Amino acid sequence: MKYIEEFQDPRLAQRLLDEIHATVTRPWAMMEVCGGQTHSIIRHGIDQLLPDQVELIHGPGCPVCVTPLEVIDKALEIASRPDVVFCSFGDMLRVPGTGRDLFQVKGEGGDVRVVYSPLDALRIAQQNPDKQVVFFGIGFETTAPPNAMTVYQARKLGIRNFSLLVSHVRVPPAIEAIMRSPSCRVQAFLAAGHVCSVMGTAEYPELAERFKVPIVVTGFEPLDILEGVRRTVGQLERGEHTVDNAYPRAVRPEGNPAAKAMLQDVFEVTDRAWRGIGTIPDSGWRLSERYREYDAEHRFAVGSITTEEPAACRSGEVLQGLIKPHECEAFGTVCTPRNPLGATMVSNEGACAAYYLYRRLGGPTAHKETSPVG
Amino acid sequence: MAETIQAAPDLTAWTCPAPLRDQPKVVMGHGGGGVMSAELVREVFAPAFGGRILSQLGDSAALTLGGVRLAFSTDSFVVRPLFFPGGSIGDLAVNGTVNDLVMSGAKAAYLSCGFILEEGVETRVVAKVADALGAAARAADVEVVTGDTKVVEAGHGDGVYLNTAGIGLIPEGVDIAPQRAVPGDVVIVSGAIGVHGVAIMSVREGLEFGVEIVSDCAPLGGLVATMLEATSDLHVLRDPTRGGLAAALNEIAAAAGVGVEIQESAVPVPPEVDGACAMLGLDPLYVANEGKLVAFVPRQHADAVLAAMRSHPLGAGAAVIGECVEAHPAMVVARTGLGGTRVVDLPIGEQLPRIC
Repeated sequence: MKYIEEFQDPRLAQRLLDEIHATVTRPWAMMEVCGGQTHSIIRHGIDQLLPDQVELIHGPGCPVCVTPLEVIDKALEIASRPDVVFCSFGDMLRVPGTGRDLFQVKGEGGDVRVVYSPLDALRIAQQNPDKQVVFFGIGFETTAPPNAMTVYQARKLGIRNFSLLVSHVRVPPAIEAIMRSPSCRVQAFLAAGHVCSVMGTAEYPELAERFKVPIVVTGFEPLDILEGVRRTVGQLERGEHTVDNAYPRAVRPEGNPAAKAMLQDVFEVTDRAWRGIGTIPDSGWRLSERYREYDAEHRFAVGSITTEEPAACRSGEVLQGLIKPHECEAFGTVCTPRNPLGATMVSNEGACAAYYLYRRLGGPTAHKETSPVG
Repeated sequence: MAETIQAAPDLTAWTCPAPLRDQPKVVMGHGGGGVMSAELVREVFAPAFGGRILSQLGDSAALTLGGVRLAFSTDSFVVRPLFFPGGSIGDLAVNGTVNDLVMSGAKAAYLSCGFILEEGVETRVVAKVADALGAAARAADVEVVTGDTKVVEAGHGDGVYLNTAGIGLIPEGVDIAPQRAVPGDVVIVSGAIGVHGVAIMSVREGLEFGVEIVSDCAPLGGLVATMLEATSDLHVLRDPTRGGLAAALNEIAAAAGVGVEIQESAVPVPPEVDGACAMLGLDPLYVANEGKLVAFVPRQHADAVLAAMRSHPLGAGAAVIGECVEAHPAMVVARTGLGGTRVVDLPIGEQLPRIC
């Protein structure tokens, strides 16, 4: 496919790596915000190719991880109803609520379907007028516009058997929350490129200035990430803290006005609970008053359920780079990729899972390689 | 917005969701060919059945009966849709079992075939499946010699389910098994990976990728025979179906207690598969194949085997992708295009499209 290989070119990557190696003079800790970036970093082994002084802290930008337990439980309750077709992106199906996940609801006879676009769910609603079709609308500013568009379309077309279970979250309040944490070690951010392609960059200069951190808008392919790191290291070494766009092929300063207008119309900013963190003010979206009838929480009157998080898990500290995964007492004993306590152990790109795999490969030192092959 | 925050949230209490381990009920992941499938076999089936031969857990069982060495295997097929670009459930039912047999070096000979039909399915469709199955058997040079038909009530099936079992003769001097992989072996795949899985996804999910992707479903007996002509000393053959190349390599690494190291850039992935996987957030190494094999070959025979494979139409795209190593036993490690490494782990259940 075009536009994939071009951004994975090993020679260009080596050139960027050489420049980063030549620029860095002391340790820096930067956080990549988006789970997609973390995935790419692990998938291509980018973290092993960077200088030892450059530490990437994997941030909270995985929508699957931050969706709060009570929302998952609401999803499970709604999906269990015989009159409901529950539609979701695939990776939400394995996320457990209290005692079970959507796969199990499906196994127990619930009509749970994986879709690739919320508009597919709307089509299912049109085709099944006697069913209630619910789409699980989670994610950051990236997935919010198509979900908004779907609700907009449902209203416009008069499709009344469709609703959205909303748990959307916003990046800038999360960055602020991280920087306000007293134990914060993060010195710079690789901002999530696709979030910025929707929202633009206007929300970031104030954060960069207030917390004195460089914020570099970064893409997802290996060359994009290396370019983001290169510019971030450059700013840190020079003592600067500005917002820089290293992903201009997708991100314009003003973002995507049509998508923003759609968000404005359908959603309103609200306080939102993040799994394991608690509520961050203004950090989410919910359906606005005029679309409230499409809100699955209202339609199905699902009550809230209290959260029980495993006490042994220290992924909060891992995510901030305060401890290394193996310093957690549960690491590798009660917590493994097959039986994880926290999200950082769940997927291969999770900090703990990656560490676990590389430890099996030959100890923590195997995580970094001294002589990368170009 | 800044003024409304009363106190910084306590990030040290941050925990995240974890998949459930002890499922009281079967979920789709148990059929995914990954960790969950293996657990079901190890914890439920193997203890119930016992037996030394079963415990080898190869693609097919190698038996000695009346002084004759036989390969014996069975497979069930629940694919939807029944017909897809490049094949049908009938083709899969023949080639799936035939390929399991030939991965032990056997010459596949006879198949059984069970039809489980859902009440209401059109007989025309059943006939079409049967025709496809018969044609596939002839193409694979095997004969369907016994069968069975059952009908389940409407709503209790998905049109047509098939089961086939097959037997074949293992030639004298041939000993191909996952346990035989040794450090130094060269790892070869017979061609482009990920094609079948993406072809099925494109029709099942109604995804359009600009070009039609046709399943690679094919019987591999001829290709294996050609390889055995180059040397009878093939160590391991495996057809990387469910769970893809990643699952096949992990199973071999675990069975033999060896490490496997592959060069990611050497793995043949067609651009359309790469594109579809990039779009869906899937990894081609984990996508199913139905007409490919991966071979572990002693280094001294690797060139001859590779040349033999490339001389066969089903091995024209064969490529050396890596080697068997002493380091990191039971693990598969990929060297990435950029020169980093990543661990290619056994999938847990089904590979799920990623949201981000």
